[in-house]
Parts: sequence; C-alpha cells; structure tokens
Amino acid sequence: MTSFWRKARNHSFTLLAGLACALALVPLVSITWYVAARGIPALSWSFLTHAPTAPDDPASGIGPALAGTGLLVLLAGVLGIPLGIAGGMWLAEHGRNARGSAFRMVLDAMAATPSIVTGIFVFTIVVIPQGHFSAFAGGIALALMIVPVVARTTEIALRGVPDSLREAGVALGATHTRTLFRVALPAARTGILTGSILATARVAGETAPLLFTALYAQQWVHSLGKPIAALPTLIFNYIQQPYPSLQQQAWGAAFLLFVLVFGANIVVRVSSHLRSRQP
Amino acid sequence: MDRTTRYALGALAAAIALVFAAILGVLLSHSVEALRYSGFRLVTGTTWDPVNGSYGAWGFVFGTLVTSLLALLLAVPVGIAVALFLTELAPRWLRAPMGILVELLAGVPSLVYGMWGVFVMAPLLRKPVEPWLDSHVAHMWGHPIPVLSFLFSGPKIGLGFLLAGIVLAIMILPTIVAISRDALLAVPRLEREAAYALGATRWEVARNALRSAKAGVFAASTLGLGRALGETIAVTLVIGNVATVALRLFAPGQTIASTLATQLNEATEPLFVSSLIALALILFVLTLLVNLGARLAIERPWRRSA
Repeated sequence: MTSFWRKARNHSFTLLAGLACALALVPLVSITWYVAARGIPALSWSFLTHAPTAPDDPASGIGPALAGTGLLVLLAGVLGIPLGIAGGMWLAEHGRNARGSAFRMVLDAMAATPSIVTGIFVFTIVVIPQGHFSAFAGGIALALMIVPVVARTTEIALRGVPDSLREAGVALGATHTRTLFRVALPAARTGILTGSILATARVAGETAPLLFTALYAQQWVHSLGKPIAALPTLIFNYIQQPYPSLQQQAWGAAFLLFVLVFGANIVVRVSSHLRSRQP
Repeated sequence: MDRTTRYALGALAAAIALVFAAILGVLLSHSVEALRYSGFRLVTGTTWDPVNGSYGAWGFVFGTLVTSLLALLLAVPVGIAVALFLTELAPRWLRAPMGILVELLAGVPSLVYGMWGVFVMAPLLRKPVEPWLDSHVAHMWGHPIPVLSFLFSGPKIGLGFLLAGIVLAIMILPTIVAISRDALLAVPRLEREAAYALGATRWEVARNALRSAKAGVFAASTLGLGRALGETIAVTLVIGNVATVALRLFAPGQTIASTLATQLNEATEPLFVSSLIALALILFVLTLLVNLGARLAIERPWRRSA
C-alpha cells in the first residue's frame, strides 16, 4: 500500500515538473510566433535600405537604424572583446589568489549592473562633458556590458586547456608569453568565441544603455560624434506612436532584432551543446 | 611569465576594476546635490513633482520592490520544478533539448518581451484574467474577501504591477533554472546512489538532492531578484508608468528603472538630473547588495557540502 502511494507521488510530481517545464516554454513559442506573424509582413527591400520619411509613406524604411546597430555593435565589440579577453587571461594566469577573487567579484558585479545604470554612467562621463549625445558614447556603454561576460568566459576557457599542452609548449623552449598566446589561447578559442558572440548578441538587443548615450536620429549619420539610431531605440520610439504604420514598422524592426539576437543564441548554444556531446 | 606581459595584463585588469569603481564614484558625485537637497525624503517622500521641486521617489522604490518580489514569487516555484525536471525527473534524451530551450528564453531581447507583454499578455489580462480574479478570488458569492479584494483590485486595463510581475518572472526564469541546475548537478552522485540503493523513488531522490542544493537554489533566486530589480525596457512598456503606492496588483505603477528611462531625457534642471542620477545610484547599490548576498550563499554552505 505504501509503495502504491510512493509510486503515485513519484509519477504525479514528475508530471507536475514536466508541466512546469512546458509552461516555461509557452512564452518562447508565443513570442516567436507573434513576432514573426507581425514582423514578416513589414519586410521589404526598401524597408531595409531607405531612411524614414513620412509615417504613412510605404517607401519609408529603417536603413539608418539597421546600419546604426551594426556600427554600435562593431564599436562595442572592438572596444569590449579585447579588454575582456585580457582580463580573462590575467585571471586564468595570475588569478588564483585574493586579488583574483576580488577581481572576479568585480566582474560579477559588473555583469549584474542594470544596463540603465551603465547607460547613465556613460551619460555622466561622456555625454555631459562633451555636451552632446554620440554614437561613440553608445558604443562605450555597450562595450562595458561586454567586458565582464567575455572576461569570465575567457578565464573558464583558458582553465579548460590541459596543462600538458602548455608544458609541451614550454618544453619546446617557448617562453610563457609565447605559450599563452600561441598554445593556450588558440586551444581555448571556441569557448572565447562562444562567450564573445553571446555577449555581443545580447548588447545588440539592448535599449536602455542607448537611451542617454547614442540617443536617436532619423537620418543617415556619418560621424561617431553624432547621435545615431539603432534598432532597439527605433522600435522603442515607434511602438509608442499612435500611427499604425509606424507600429507595423516597429514590428518589422523587432523581427529583425529578434532574428539577429535570438538566432545568434540558437546557433551558439546548439553548436556548443553538440560539440560537448562528442567525445 | 615574462614581466611585460604580466604587467600589461595586470594593468588591463586593473583598468576594468577601476571603471567599476568609477561607476560608483561618478554616480555618487553627481548625486550629492540631490541628496543634500532631499535627504532621506528622496526615498521616503511620496510626491515626485520636479516642477515644484519635490523629489520623493517612494512610489518608484515601492514599484520596483513589488514587481520584483511578485516576479520572484511566480518564477521560483516554476524555476525549481524546471531545474528538478531537467536534472532528475525527465527522461534522459529530453534533458538536453529542453535545457537548451529554457536557456533560449535568456536570448530574447528585453524590448521584445515588453512588446509581447503589451500586445499579447495585456489583452489576456484585461479580458478573462483580471475580471476572473476579481469575481472568483477577490470575491466569494459576491462578498469581498478581506485581503484579496484589496490585492486584486484597480483599473482592469491589463497594464500594471501584475503584468510587470509576470513578464519579469519569465525573464528571470532562465537565470533561476540555470543556477539551480548547476547546484543540483553539484550534489555528489554518491548521495543519489545511496538513496536509490535504499529503494527511494526518483522523486524522493530528487527531493533529497534539492535539500542538499538549497543554498545554490537560494543563490539562484537572489540573482534572479537582482535581474528583476534593474530590468528597464520591458517594465517601462508594461507597467503603465503612473506611480501607485498601494498593493493593488491591477493598478499601474512605476519603477526606479522605468522612471529613469522615461524622465532623464526630459530633465533640464540640474537638481532634477541629479535626483535621477541619485535614483540610479540607489538602484545600483541595491543590485550590488543583492548580488553580494547571492555570492555569500554560494560560497559558504554549498561548497562545503559539495
């Protein structure tokens, strides 16, 4: 009798946990479906390449915002990824002490800093002194969000490189620096790349850090010193407008952003899972 | 290691740490004016009226706490169940693909969550959910139930505390699941095998593992709380942006982050800007403390037992 109840409880809790898991996936499916259903009809060649004109003009597009996101992400990557890798290298090579754990703590705190706070920080140190918003400030804000993530993944990837590999490098007469750069880093490149792509994809979808740094611009911008549009800020502006055509464009832009950010996540997570399964 | 490389890497690492310290320092220095003007009233005051020089942000602090705690209340039980399912209960072939799908929730941009909240969830709340809660939970046979009738009240427009809590819960779920799962996986295999050897069912083994991993699960929830506190754009879109200082879940509200997102670009008065930066500082310190708490929970009992 007791064994019957224990079995019943076993099955019912397993079922309950399975239902919780299914429940967790409902938003994922719903979001994907809804964004595609509302966004895809808005897409066209002119939508991707033209600058915004009047709200109801069918030839109006989001070209500047698309280019702006590309530029901001590039800037953030160029600034943030090398710095993050350097931080991670230091942690992996010299971080097995109190200074290392203090630095690790700083990185974790940085990663957990609300993105709006990062945006306001850059606003106070770049925008206020310069007296104007700029693409440059937006790139810095995004870079600050990339650094801690890349640093921690670099450390973990480097820690995963077998000591025998480094010893082989040193035994061949290479200096430690050379071994680090020519043996350990290449061996850890997959992990570092994974972390960098995920971190960059995440900031590509961020709105809050751009609100007070890159601000927004309607037209094409040819200078890092001027405010610039990005997909998230364009969507955030359009979605709060009363014009149905602008909302339609916001959904088109949201679909692009979703494909960009979510697509990078799928590719990276699925491929790193498949790799980890191979012996 | 050659000295040059070592110093170069050390200098770059120090630069990163310095930037972090600068966030605290710079926010503090820009907040001085507001803190001197408002003092504790900045947090305790209930009137936010920049035009007439009164800066009381309690409504925003209240909104931040209510939405984050509501999110935690919704996400923690589901998150624990999902983590148990993914590590202990699900058939082995299902674990990895399900795990990836849950992880993917973290890959949806905050803005898209907000738009989905406004266009999909808000209409659902407006029509069946909020009226149903009002007539079946807050009232029974037409009579108001004391606490519940207050809790489930407010304009039934969909936007508000409840929606913000739900959207935040979905957003912090992957964090809670990922860290709880790590904690469960860190439970020694021997412990599981011993339980199975004693004839325990799968669920009983899972429950034991959860007990051993509870510090890790606590840390996971705390980190989830940290994320919810600072979440900006999704909340700004779904919360309605009118400060309410009453625990009415259907009422619109405002959080520190949503206030910053909507007001900083409109602030021209230096005192107004300074007050907003002081709010950013409060938010920053709050998330720092929460993360420190999570870290302490992870570092102490969990590691010793594992």
